[in-house]
Amino acid sequence: MSLTNDIIKQKLTEKFGDQVTDFTDPYGMLTFSAPKELNLKVLNFLYDSPELKFRFLTDLCAVHYPDQAGKELAVVYHLHNLEDNVRVRFKVFTDISQPDVYTATGLFSSANWMERETYDFYGVNFVGHPNLKRILNVDEMDYFPMRKEYPLEDQSRVDKDDEMFGRGSMIGFKGEKKNEGAAIEEGKVN
Amino acid sequence: MSEHHIKLPEGSIEKTTTTLNLGPTHPATHGVFQNILELDGERIVSAEQTVGYIHRAFEKIAERRPLYQITPLTDRLNYCSSPLNNMGWHLTCEKLLGVKTPKRVDYLRVIIMELARISDHLICNSIVGVDAGAYTGFLYVMQYRELIYEIYEEVCGSRLTTNIGRIGGFERNFNDIAFQKIEKFLKEYPAVLREFENLFTRNRIFMERTIGAGPISAERALNYGFTGPNLRAAGVDYDVRVHAPYSSYQDFQFDIPVGTTGDCYDRFLVRNQEMWQSLSIIEQAFHKIQEFKGAEAEVYHADIPEYYLPPKQDVYTKMEALIWHFKIIMGEIDMPAGEVYHSIEGGNGELGFYLISDGGRTPYRLHFRRPCFIYYQAYEELTKGAMLSDAIIVMSSLNLIAGEMDA
Repeated sequence: MSLTNDIIKQKLTEKFGDQVTDFTDPYGMLTFSAPKELNLKVLNFLYDSPELKFRFLTDLCAVHYPDQAGKELAVVYHLHNLEDNVRVRFKVFTDISQPDVYTATGLFSSANWMERETYDFYGVNFVGHPNLKRILNVDEMDYFPMRKEYPLEDQSRVDKDDEMFGRGSMIGFKGEKKNEGAAIEEGKVN
Repeated sequence: MSEHHIKLPEGSIEKTTTTLNLGPTHPATHGVFQNILELDGERIVSAEQTVGYIHRAFEKIAERRPLYQITPLTDRLNYCSSPLNNMGWHLTCEKLLGVKTPKRVDYLRVIIMELARISDHLICNSIVGVDAGAYTGFLYVMQYRELIYEIYEEVCGSRLTTNIGRIGGFERNFNDIAFQKIEKFLKEYPAVLREFENLFTRNRIFMERTIGAGPISAERALNYGFTGPNLRAAGVDYDVRVHAPYSSYQDFQFDIPVGTTGDCYDRFLVRNQEMWQSLSIIEQAFHKIQEFKGAEAEVYHADIPEYYLPPKQDVYTKMEALIWHFKIIMGEIDMPAGEVYHSIEGGNGELGFYLISDGGRTPYRLHFRRPCFIYYQAYEELTKGAMLSDAIIVMSSLNLIAGEMDA
């Protein structure tokens, strides 16, 4: 037997009615979303259902959409049914002012660090996580750097002293400051 | 004189276990990450991992870069097999853009990817040997990794962080020297690998050090998100090359070696077997490439002027080519909006790229699924109750690469 996107969709609608929404299949991968309160119910259903058997958590990450009021953060689960070799993508959206989402660590041990990473970069608060602290960034950091309100540094800024990193005087933004190497060549430095 | 001035922390006398910092710059960690081990004598009571020492915010940086400028970032994930990461990224972009690559490009890519896999497994396995006290194997096989790096060098000009290929194919055709080197590798490597296996596989000391060290059941491995050789050593035959063939892997005949117990010895054997399989794949691809005749035998990229740089002589003489060259270099080309996940079988397992494009010139969001990061969290479970020396060999047999872990 082979599991198709239509069957999965049908099973999900049977179980959750119109709670599970936004069915699409970009590049062949079934994608859907559910209210964040239901995330564990949906994950458990996908895991336990004898037809679906999505028992491998491939990936877990977040995306920030600052323009969607009330649904700014998306937590994205990529699940894989290894027996039938089908993948699905499941999203839950949450308000950025109260980014509480239930943890999936009870179901997948692999979710532990992936959720910590998501918390670290997006500030999603995984309720019930055994050890929700920063993982890649320093503990003292007091913001969530992957959110869109923190743009990357403007590469043409001139107010920063970058000389120790081989920039600064090299590019010549600082006008009057002379390159030391050039001074040696000109014989001005002994 | 009996009075001493060392102030011991509260409760330190009563404490019966010893805390040991393994890393971040310990030679046995082979990379920058830390394990805080709690030891009872020589037994490990608990282990806590700290990662992130070389976090470089690739995902954030990628949000401001056009597609082809992200390739050098992927080099620095698993730097033992950068071509695999590069190809994975190019394939992801091609999936988003809907590019279909010619067969010859696929086969050339397969050769490079399998060479990269061999170099990755070779390092991992010989390092397991080093950590078990056998340095010879490591030095011996290093020559042949060098040969692989020379092949990269012929193809793209660099060795470690390769930035190999382009979206749609390669930057130039493989030259004769490259093919000669591949042929030389195919001819000489089997004897070397056999000797390497002879050195370890039935070696009494090596077996006693690795059998039963850091075992994991198939069920736990899946729950921990293991992929690649580490999962296969536990007995699950999941291989992205077979389950979701990319780059024409369906045209090749190869086996997926599996282990049973998921311990260090099985991981070692699986990696060794995979090298044999890779060799056979390279050989098949090499023959398939020889079969192309005429104009087909010169194809080395897909025809996608929006993403593939035009030939230099055209840039200097033709207006159209000059415009495309400028647009590509400046990253002025908007990509289609979409959401794509693509994964390849990397050196350590399923290396995934989750790319969201909102139709701009740069990705809206790019997430790397780094196999290493995901399975390293099982380390505590793997080493609980084991000896300190096992902890080190488990670490090297998992092939933990700090670059991949920290992204």
